[in-house]
Amino acid sequence: MKRNFRPLASSLVMTSTWPVFIDAGVAACGLAIFFTIVHMGAYWMQAPIPVVPISHSIRALPAYAAYSVVRIAIAYLLSLVFAISYGYLAAYNPRVEAWMIAALDILQSIPVLSFLPPVVLAMVALIPGHQLGIELGVILLIFTGQVWNLAFSFYTSLKTIPREMLEAASIFRYSAWQRFWQLEMPYATIGLVWNSIVSVAGGWFALIACEMFTMGDRSFQLPGLGSYLQTAASSGDVRALFFGIATVILIVVATDQLLWRPLIAWSDKFKFEQVESDERIVSPILELLRRSPILQSAPRRIWTSIEEPIFRRFAAAHRNEPTHPLDENISREPSLRLWILAVAVAAAVGWGAWQGLLLLRGISWADLRLLLAGAAATFLRVNASLLISALWTIPVGVAIGFNPRLARFVQPVAQILASVPATAFFPILLIGLVKLGGGLGIGSVALMLLGTQWYILFNVIAGAMSIPSDLREAASLYKFTRWQRWTTLILPGIFPYLITGMVTASGGAWNASVFAEYSHLGNRTLSTIGLGAQIDAATDRGQFPLLLLATILISLMVVSMNRLVWRRLYRLAETRFKLDA
Amino acid sequence: MLPLAQSKLHFFSLLSSWGYPMSNSVISTVRTIPESAAPETLQPIIRAERIEKYYAQPSQNRIQVISPTDLSIVPGEILALLGPSGSGKSTMLRMLSGLSRPSAGQVYWHGRPIAESAINVSIVFQSFALFPWLTVQENVEAPLRARGLDADERRERSLRMLDTVGLDGFEAAYPKELSGGMRQRVGFARALVVEPEVLFMDEPFSALDVLTAENLRSELLELWSRKTMPTKAVFLVTHNIEEAVLLADRIIVLGRNPGHIRTDFRVQLAHPRDRKSEPFTQLVDYIYKVLTRPEVAPLAAPDQSTGKPPRDQRQMHYQMLPHARPGGVAGLLELLIDKGGKDDIYRLADDLAFEIDDLLPIVDAAQLLGFLIVEEGDAAITPSGTAFANSEILRQKELFRAAALEHVLLLRQIRRALETKNDHTVPEEFFLDMLDEQFSEDESLRQVETAVNWGRYAELFDFDAARRRFILPEEPEPAVPIEDAE
Repeated sequence: MKRNFRPLASSLVMTSTWPVFIDAGVAACGLAIFFTIVHMGAYWMQAPIPVVPISHSIRALPAYAAYSVVRIAIAYLLSLVFAISYGYLAAYNPRVEAWMIAALDILQSIPVLSFLPPVVLAMVALIPGHQLGIELGVILLIFTGQVWNLAFSFYTSLKTIPREMLEAASIFRYSAWQRFWQLEMPYATIGLVWNSIVSVAGGWFALIACEMFTMGDRSFQLPGLGSYLQTAASSGDVRALFFGIATVILIVVATDQLLWRPLIAWSDKFKFEQVESDERIVSPILELLRRSPILQSAPRRIWTSIEEPIFRRFAAAHRNEPTHPLDENISREPSLRLWILAVAVAAAVGWGAWQGLLLLRGISWADLRLLLAGAAATFLRVNASLLISALWTIPVGVAIGFNPRLARFVQPVAQILASVPATAFFPILLIGLVKLGGGLGIGSVALMLLGTQWYILFNVIAGAMSIPSDLREAASLYKFTRWQRWTTLILPGIFPYLITGMVTASGGAWNASVFAEYSHLGNRTLSTIGLGAQIDAATDRGQFPLLLLATILISLMVVSMNRLVWRRLYRLAETRFKLDA
Repeated sequence: MLPLAQSKLHFFSLLSSWGYPMSNSVISTVRTIPESAAPETLQPIIRAERIEKYYAQPSQNRIQVISPTDLSIVPGEILALLGPSGSGKSTMLRMLSGLSRPSAGQVYWHGRPIAESAINVSIVFQSFALFPWLTVQENVEAPLRARGLDADERRERSLRMLDTVGLDGFEAAYPKELSGGMRQRVGFARALVVEPEVLFMDEPFSALDVLTAENLRSELLELWSRKTMPTKAVFLVTHNIEEAVLLADRIIVLGRNPGHIRTDFRVQLAHPRDRKSEPFTQLVDYIYKVLTRPEVAPLAAPDQSTGKPPRDQRQMHYQMLPHARPGGVAGLLELLIDKGGKDDIYRLADDLAFEIDDLLPIVDAAQLLGFLIVEEGDAAITPSGTAFANSEILRQKELFRAAALEHVLLLRQIRRALETKNDHTVPEEFFLDMLDEQFSEDESLRQVETAVNWGRYAELFDFDAARRRFILPEEPEPAVPIEDAE
């Protein structure tokens, strides 16, 4: 009765030869995860040791890698849950929507390191007596590096669900539960997957810089890849450094192949299209997983037995409810309770802001002048790194994009390179800089470049690939000069992609400035004038007013750059330079 | 502009509109009767009382989309709602199905306000609105799941319904693997599986090709007349006149600016209906006539009993520009001359292989410019129309320019504004603001777009799309040959 649309032959062959091996593999994974959890639990519950000694032995690397991966994974799961809740609240509560979205915009402009003192101190105070306190502090720090764009993505997805789909859900009386699982989540999945890739890359970036830090007179050092790399660099152990970096790259590549590729391929079924497209990403891993009988039947059966009663309960609860009009919340007067709540929140926020401002009183004019000079220096550096990135990536990216065979190979590589945390390379570059005798002033630009250029590169490649070949043929047919080709065809054609890449890169560069402008190497402190260095130094010395002011300055600059420059360019890209009308 | 004498024919009390002259033969053969004569004994399932829709504008005057309207859906009938685009057909459907709350007035479900009732209705959507990530069967099961049915019953009922609509064997397919017609079958199965009391359909066939649509229509009729589905009433929104006459027991025609009921009558032709039969074509002609007489004549005074007048029609300075291209007008007129200067509009559409909906704006445009007259569903060319059609291209432009300046207020205003300004430029916004008083924002934009189209053709003015402004052409009276005539 049931007709299966998958090609019969291949699936039969595969299922008859592979299942035992794969199922054994899956079981082994389960065991490994169990062991890790037990081990981690014991470690978390031990008495806190702020500075865990770090071994240089290469044999210690797998354990450190595991610690770091677990931190990233937990931070990512927290981000996901938070992002979905936040996006959901913002999308369905018109009263707070604008506030929540503005908050998101500002929060994502604050460099991760600025969150360090409040988050870590709070966690250590909340969970005294356990290592978990410090761990959670660092995990939350990573969380702040990856949550905002996920929340944005989920919110945007919810807001763009086609009206008729919402109407169908409403007229067929979906419960909120069913709407979430059958409409909202599936619709948002693709956006969430792509943003997860960017987020986890951001998480690695933060993690490597944050596993080891000083704050006033307190030092923290947690076991993990970040600490390993930093101590290796400090003691000049180049061999350990290379193996550490190799491990980071290995993990990034493995994540890409084992997690992201299969996820992207899987999420293809959520594409909101009425006709099947030819182009799709394939993932051998996903194909293997799909052929594992255990994975095919067991989770589905368990899932059904869990979800069926929930669906039933929700359905029963609203069986006799009227249809919910979609334009319901246009004209409802806020209740008195809501007013009181709003006033209370406003008062609390006002008081907090005032206290924050009072904190700033301690800053001297000399400090302020230094901060402003630093802001100017960092601004120049960020834009210099963007400019340099654009200058080399545009010609190279276009050349690659116009050669489809090359592009198919280079693009995923560029994507992986963008995921490799630039902070992992900082120690090496630092050692090089010290040897060459160059200062951090120029060196920090190089460090920023390391993190930002890949975003621009793979966007330019994508842009060049998207230029229709008939336009290129027209250009050669009419014998355009090289200048004409670039100004009338290539640059306008890649413009939207270029802007997307630059926006991402600009955010990354600002964030990187904090790590790039200030660094410990052994017992030396390398630094240059810059806002990032000042944030770092203020954390180091525990000067919180200075940290606060520097953070305000940096996010002010990022937000105004976004609003005044990038948003306008983005709009221009969306309207004038869009190729598919 | 309408030469026809209007004999006022009040159909029924609920209309704030006026009737249209019908030839006696139409009345006698299709027996269109006023609703007051319809069976009164049936309790309506859904009854709308003076519902209207408007959107508040920041500048005090709100945009009225639908003026206060009464309407009921009674058991046993297929009710078709016809109207030009912008007459609020879909909005009406959404208010009646509880998806959208009227700005004023009330909708009742079996006598209780709909906002407080658990109603049992379904919608078949124009875009199908299937969930692409669910299989055909999961799509059909989803509404049952929402009602808390257990897995076995869901499966049994959805398979039975898929069988009914002819999708046996496609349960495991995903919607994107199916053709448009099959997808809409899934849409029907999903709508019918909950056994709705009222089945709403929002242009369900217009995204399908002609043959598929015809096929689905007749299958739907068969389900309905055989009482295979427990549905008591069907509410169909369409812009296709023939579809309405083919399916409906009762037809309501809406007018626009703002949406209001123009006419409401019963169709008593026996099923299956023959498109070629005399009564059928006469009914189609009648509806067509209603649709092609927009609000040129002054509106009747607002219904006294309502207290709330619809928009003051006398303020409406601008005619609605039909969105047709000048080249289309010329083409239509040339065809008319070939036909001896006069022909039935339906036949014209047929000859051009046009959907009647695509032809309407062109006919409207020609009529607005005084190139033709529509009478009893026939289009007749006027002397100026003949002159226009028979001229060569440059002369055509001159005649078009003269006609446009004489008949089209907006074009006249743009031209005059450009001539009086020193720099001979006027921003688009200037006219948008004036149009916004009268049209929705989208419609205003479309009006300007059409005006630009016509103005460019007539060489009345040009438009700088980058800076969104009108400009006077360099040479007011261009004597240069036209390089590319469309």
